[in-house]
Amino acid sequence: MTESVPVGRGGMEAGRASGAQTLQDTQFLTELRQQMLKFARLQLRDDDQAEDAVQEALAGALKNADSFKRQAALRTWVFSILKYKIADILRYRQRVIATSELGDDEHREQAFMDGLFDSGGHWHKAERPSSWSGPQGGVHSDHFWRVFDACLNGLPEKQARVFMMREFIELESEEICEQLTLSTSNLHVTLYRARLRLRACLENGWFEPSKAEEVTP
Amino acid sequence: MMDCKQATRLLSEQQDRNLSRREKFALKFHVFMCKACRNFGQQMGTLRDLARSYAKGEGNTPRQSEDSNSNDK
Repeated sequence: MTESVPVGRGGMEAGRASGAQTLQDTQFLTELRQQMLKFARLQLRDDDQAEDAVQEALAGALKNADSFKRQAALRTWVFSILKYKIADILRYRQRVIATSELGDDEHREQAFMDGLFDSGGHWHKAERPSSWSGPQGGVHSDHFWRVFDACLNGLPEKQARVFMMREFIELESEEICEQLTLSTSNLHVTLYRARLRLRACLENGWFEPSKAEEVTP
Repeated sequence: MMDCKQATRLLSEQQDRNLSRREKFALKFHVFMCKACRNFGQQMGTLRDLARSYAKGEGNTPRQSEDSNSNDK
């Protein structure tokens, strides 16, 4: 985070679309800001805090903007700063929020599991995961990411938060447990439920949409 | 023998902790026999890759269609 990237030297006038110029490209900047806001809101579920995090991340990125020749590299960099900001906010929040706010509904979860597995612990036929290697595999189109978004939004709040801390911010299990005052087994079961939901949602919404049609009454 | 519910739980958990030798052995056996859980296991890796791409802003690249305006005129 703190490493300072060397700023491009002079004498390379030709084709130098520097990050500073990139950040003056208003259309790019407006879009980038929207994307960051969406990402931050998803995790923080608080518009003001999301705005602040995005603002700070952009300001931080601006300092080093010169070292980015491509918009894609700049986007990755800005998002990595944003991840740190979000982690900071979540860390601070842990002291302020009551953990009860993050309760999971056990009845709902039981019903969800019963919908997937029979009493012997085997997959119900219609719910068996299929291979994702079909024509839709590996395609990360814009449409795919909209499905992904919708699936994330469909997660119960606690599962979404834990999943994003683990997989977006890449926090270690111990740190998540500490921040949210969860036991290790509680963390594991929460991640398990989130992954079960996400994979089912992606399979029905993207990889095997025909399967979803068969199942719907 | 381990059932699918237990197997999928371990396939998720191995993303977050090291499984014991016994768990690994039982899981390997189950997955060998069960295609659905084998697919599930692969999807756990895919899910992680997808989440990491998403967190780099990849899932948020501007739409092609929005650029089409520049072709006007």
